[in-house]
Amino acid sequence: MNAVSRPAYLRGAGGTAFGRHEGRSALDLMDDAAALAIDRSGLQRSEIDGVLCGYATTLPHLMLSTLVCERLALRPRYAHGMQLGGATGAAMLMAARELVRSGRCRNVLVLGGENRLTGQSRDSSIQTLAQVGDMDYEVPNGASVPAYYALMASQYMHLTGVTSQDMAEFAVLMRTHARSHPGAHLRTPITLQEVLAAKPIARPLSLLDCCPISDGAMALVVADQPSDHAAVAMVGAGQAHRHQHLTAMEDVLQCGAGEAARRAFDEAGLGLCDVDYLAIYDSFTITLTMLLEEIGFAPRGGAAQRARAGDFAAGGVLPLNTHGGLLSFGHCGVAGGMAHAVETWEQMTGQAGARQIRQPRHAFIHADGGVMSSHVSLLLSRED
Amino acid sequence: MNATETGLSRPLAAPYTDGVCDGVLRYQQCSACGGAQTLARYACQHCGQRAAMPWRDAAGTATVRAVTEVARAPSEEFRALAPYTLVIVQLDEGPRLMAHAASGVQIGQRVRAGFFEHNGRALVRFDPMV
Repeated sequence: MNAVSRPAYLRGAGGTAFGRHEGRSALDLMDDAAALAIDRSGLQRSEIDGVLCGYATTLPHLMLSTLVCERLALRPRYAHGMQLGGATGAAMLMAARELVRSGRCRNVLVLGGENRLTGQSRDSSIQTLAQVGDMDYEVPNGASVPAYYALMASQYMHLTGVTSQDMAEFAVLMRTHARSHPGAHLRTPITLQEVLAAKPIARPLSLLDCCPISDGAMALVVADQPSDHAAVAMVGAGQAHRHQHLTAMEDVLQCGAGEAARRAFDEAGLGLCDVDYLAIYDSFTITLTMLLEEIGFAPRGGAAQRARAGDFAAGGVLPLNTHGGLLSFGHCGVAGGMAHAVETWEQMTGQAGARQIRQPRHAFIHADGGVMSSHVSLLLSRED
Repeated sequence: MNATETGLSRPLAAPYTDGVCDGVLRYQQCSACGGAQTLARYACQHCGQRAAMPWRDAAGTATVRAVTEVARAPSEEFRALAPYTLVIVQLDEGPRLMAHAASGVQIGQRVRAGFFEHNGRALVRFDPMV
């Protein structure tokens, strides 16, 4: 192995549409996504020498990555699964980068997908997700994931002055972006008033403050050589893990997102002002609000103002989740967070079709798992 | 009979869950730094030491830090209760706790712990202090 770190590039990416894929299994969906990502990478399947695979709640398995490799006829020299909630995809990309940088692997397939919508009952899905709560202190209260985020939202709103109207801006923005992506789960236009009037799930969050549950899969290839379309280098990465449970979150204004982002920016030698594209986790409107403000892309309580000013629109100075994010493109678990990275790659390499914006130069990706529990930040730079 | 007498291991959070059944809130206090914490842990979140962490009884008085009203219950057994109010309070001893609360409680409000049973399980509910 070379003592000097080698560069790592996002070489290919792709996925299925999100939404309802009746009758299709987690592996069916993963196979489609992997085939597209490998095809777009220009590599032969036999050249994939590393596989990282995210968990699937509809397919609990001791060795999911090995199962996937057998079904997809891949024979990597390195493989394992990963579980880090919504941060799994970004964490797998960070790990794949390390495998390439160290010389351990040349072409790592990063994969996630599941039939989360049609593969189980809605109650079963909601109860599985609620298990991110503490089994003795939180879950017995009848708490759900939206309830955890709603509790956090109430405190954040109290401390910063953020309002329900502010958060609703992001539900509308994500829906607007999803309308231009044929693969998005939710594409019906919505208004600010409709978000505010939607049925409550856990106050202050209404149905339209929450992402849907979807079926789908996403895959990316991290390699030592760039794509033929454009060289998208992975120039920085960082993580932070301060708590698992909401009860253990010490400071709602410092949940770990800022810490992870600083590590990524320091490694890349870049600053906030260099970034011209954002791919930020948005399981709920409060998630997006808090991440934008803690990381520093908006002042405290000021994220909605930037949205109203058009800054985060596709044609704005800092386009945000141009595929529609979890809130409207959809959320099928691990692949939900990976869709942000796939969209980023498509935009940076000029392959976003009718959605194409001015090709970003430096993109920032952030994902969180649990209840703002695990944070992963990534920085991508176009080298051409 | 306690765990030492039977030789069976006892769940880490048992002093808390048993306490809720008995109508008392318990928290861990670090014997090294004196820091108080909720959730059951093997080490102190304040000083990081894996010191002895004896359980103390809390006064039961607290301040509301976060509040939600759950309309969409996660399971059939809680659907009957919906809508219900959940809070995160800060106990006067310092650490945070998630529990039920009286409808309409506000962030910053002083509350006192009470207990109720739902589907055979003892739960904590905070009511405003008068």
